[in-house]
Amino acid sequence: MYRYILKRLLMLLPVLLGVLLIIFILSEITPGDAARQLAGEFASEEDVQAIREELGLNRPFLERFFSYLTGLVTRGDLGVSYQTGQPVIQEIADRFPTTLLLALVSMLFSILIGIPTGIISAIRQYSWIDSTSMVVALVGVSMPNFWQGLLNIIVFSIWLGWLPASGFYGWQYWILPAVTIGTSSAAMITRMTRSSMLEVIHQDYIRTARAKGQKENVIIIKHALKNALIPIVTVVGIQFGGLLGGAVLTETVFAIPGLGKFMVDAIKARNYPVVQGGVLVLAVVFSVVNLLVDILYSYIDPRLKSMYRKTVRIKN
Amino acid sequence: MPKLMTPYAQKLAKNSKKAKQYEKTGPWIEAWRRLRRNRMAIAGLIILLVLIICSICPQLLTPYGPDEQNYSEAFQFPSLRHPFGTDNLGRDILGRIIYGARVSLVIGLISVALSLVIGGLLGAAAAFYGGKTDNVIMRVMDILIALPSFLLAIAIAAALGPGLMNVIFAIAFGGIPNYARVTRAAILTVKDLEYVEAARAIGAADRRIVFRHMIPNALAPIIVQATLGVAGAIISAAGLSFIGLGVQPPTPEWGSMLSSGKQYIRTNWNIVTFPGLTIMLTVFALNLLGDGLRDALDPKLKR
Amino acid sequence: MNDPLLSIRDLTIHYEMEQSVVEAVNGMSFDVFEGEAVGLVGETGAGKTTTALGIMRLIQTPPGHIVQGSIRFMGEDLLQKSETQMRKIRGNQISMIFQDPMTSLNPVMTVGEQISEVIRLHNHLSRKEALRQAVDMLEMVGIPGSRYMEYPHQFSGGMKQRVVIAIALACKPKLLIADEPTTALDVTIQAQVLDMILKLQKELHTATILITHDLGVVAETCDKVGILYAGQIVEFSNLHEIYKNPLHPYTKGLFGSLPDISKKLTRLKPIKGLMPDPTALPNYCSFYDRCDHRTDACKQGEPPFVEATPGHWVRCKCLTGGETA
Repeated sequence: MYRYILKRLLMLLPVLLGVLLIIFILSEITPGDAARQLAGEFASEEDVQAIREELGLNRPFLERFFSYLTGLVTRGDLGVSYQTGQPVIQEIADRFPTTLLLALVSMLFSILIGIPTGIISAIRQYSWIDSTSMVVALVGVSMPNFWQGLLNIIVFSIWLGWLPASGFYGWQYWILPAVTIGTSSAAMITRMTRSSMLEVIHQDYIRTARAKGQKENVIIIKHALKNALIPIVTVVGIQFGGLLGGAVLTETVFAIPGLGKFMVDAIKARNYPVVQGGVLVLAVVFSVVNLLVDILYSYIDPRLKSMYRKTVRIKN
Repeated sequence: MPKLMTPYAQKLAKNSKKAKQYEKTGPWIEAWRRLRRNRMAIAGLIILLVLIICSICPQLLTPYGPDEQNYSEAFQFPSLRHPFGTDNLGRDILGRIIYGARVSLVIGLISVALSLVIGGLLGAAAAFYGGKTDNVIMRVMDILIALPSFLLAIAIAAALGPGLMNVIFAIAFGGIPNYARVTRAAILTVKDLEYVEAARAIGAADRRIVFRHMIPNALAPIIVQATLGVAGAIISAAGLSFIGLGVQPPTPEWGSMLSSGKQYIRTNWNIVTFPGLTIMLTVFALNLLGDGLRDALDPKLKR
Repeated sequence: MNDPLLSIRDLTIHYEMEQSVVEAVNGMSFDVFEGEAVGLVGETGAGKTTTALGIMRLIQTPPGHIVQGSIRFMGEDLLQKSETQMRKIRGNQISMIFQDPMTSLNPVMTVGEQISEVIRLHNHLSRKEALRQAVDMLEMVGIPGSRYMEYPHQFSGGMKQRVVIAIALACKPKLLIADEPTTALDVTIQAQVLDMILKLQKELHTATILITHDLGVVAETCDKVGILYAGQIVEFSNLHEIYKNPLHPYTKGLFGSLPDISKKLTRLKPIKGLMPDPTALPNYCSFYDRCDHRTDACKQGEPPFVEATPGHWVRCKCLTGGETA
């Protein structure tokens, strides 16, 4: 098992290198000149040139890429923000916890809503409660979360005045963003839980459990849910990545000082080091979450555990 | 006719006269028949038809031009004259939504077509050649998958700058690994199935095996994925416009309507509500159709 | 004679599908006495498994419905019992061995847990004590008790079926229903598993209903035999009688022309034609279309189920009604 985890971590390195290369290429072809933007509209050509030199922008592409890489590997250095002059890693570290915490809270919300609803839908298949929750879930999947954020603000902050619309100062500021971000995940988890449970409750071993005289609700929780969990966990993992990506939009809507809003601002300002650092951090988090999901599988399904033990290389 | 006439059997016997007999059958006709019985999927199809009509001839459906400004009528709430109200420049919101259908559908369809073709070819190549080719292609896909796709779209859109084609490309790029994986999996499943082996055994040519046996059978999951992909692409495009990286004003695009309306939400709720509702309805319709297609194309999955 | 342990009368089970009604079991009647082994033999689709699930009250509803009849077990009608009362009986007094051991065990629970679950459900025992008994059960079916912590995928098919047997017998039931317990296993393992079931059945004095399509298995193991056709028992008698003196044309067809117990026929002989479509059964003898001895009288309504000689029941007009014999 540990060898498997180690192997997966090693396999992550080339992936992250590739991600970094893509981001570097993208910022290379981005139109607009960071140096000119920093110098201000009325700066002279010499000033712009000086800034360019100071930031190392006049060096060739590969040289910049490798020096960035060396800095990253040896010192954990992600460069310096063009705008503030602060180390990017510091700026990200200031904002990332907010984004991560928000993602975790929304995830928790969507799991607590999604799994029970999915189970009830599955065991009451074709009932009104099933059809209602399936339509609601499909609406939830179809709603762009930035729009839902705006709607929530209109209804709960402006019309009803119950919750604050923007900023991030106390628990009541968390509710609207978390619900907004969590809705589509909750909907996805509901749908996946339902279909996975439906698959499982028609299996022979569920009949075996019934033949033992086991109670129906114990069968659902003890026998069915655990078997249905793998696809559910997969969706939770994918949704978590979606939450991080979607945070860019929701943080903008709710003016939350997290990594997402920070990156949008950086993109607009051509602040490459921040964009590169931010994307890299999100890619790492996303990959680690995927790895955690895979590890979780082996705790859910003993068949996978022995598979990991035996195989040297997992092919997908 | 059952021997023991239970109430249910009687009901069936009464209805049996109505049952139609179909003469033509085939997997696609069967699938269409199943789809037609699915009321939700048909509802989705109708919504999409309306949107397609909107995008073909918007000028017939609204008296207002897409960019027709009228400052004396700015910030109006819904009325008979302006069913969805007007925005900050006095433009009719319903009119702009109708004109916006074309942009959203074009982005959705073309970006999915693009990633489907590129991803599909890559996936097919990986599945066919296997070995090193497979390895290289799928590792590159792993890199793309390591980024949440919306984040990738943002990064690309930022690099390419705003504009319709750039948005399409930004969204298409993020979709490539998905289609590569689905196509590869679909072909790998089909490749070793008995009927392909049977076709090979009776000496069918490679080309015939691919086109007659493999592609039709691998197609179902790809069609479903593509339908749901259009839905995702429309949401992503709106999201890009929302943060100012997508189609630029004054083009009537649902996402950018939301973006420019968000500063007025305290006073004019209708400016953001209706464009968003349209996005949701479109995506909802596509999802309904996608679910319906999945059930219709793979009856085994239907429960 | 004592009262039977299980007495099924006129049991009728339908599956109500979207377009049709599948008449899986039609007026089934038979008795099982304490400690005896009854074989139910029939082709695929004859209603064997549906009967078994009906006794357990485990028919999926919808689409399945027990339309009429009674299932008396130890004097009480199981069809009148509530779900809660049935749960106390399942796994405790009546238990079942399923056809496919590959899918009958929960892949994410250890075999020890799966055996101790049924023990704890019907006995007031601590987790530890139940697990100890589960280990004993494993030993009893010939699996080293130390393997109780392992998962189903770590066992072979035959071993899995032993685990299923251990689960079924863990509470020492009065009645065991074995639904084709060896069909999914390798031929070499089949005999072993069958012997094990029989040995334990004798030891625990458990009445057994053995469902199979294999006449050889029945000849080796059962005291009485019921022949199933299109959801009905067409002939029911003790083993010797049915092999020596089969009365129903279908039974004769199964044994071929020479019903000789010493020859041990092990496979069903082909009989021309197919079983009638269970969604469109005729309102006369369902074997009519394939019968060599049919007469016009056979088309006049259902043949009755009558006792031809003591303990030998047959459902055929030609041999019992005497109209045309």
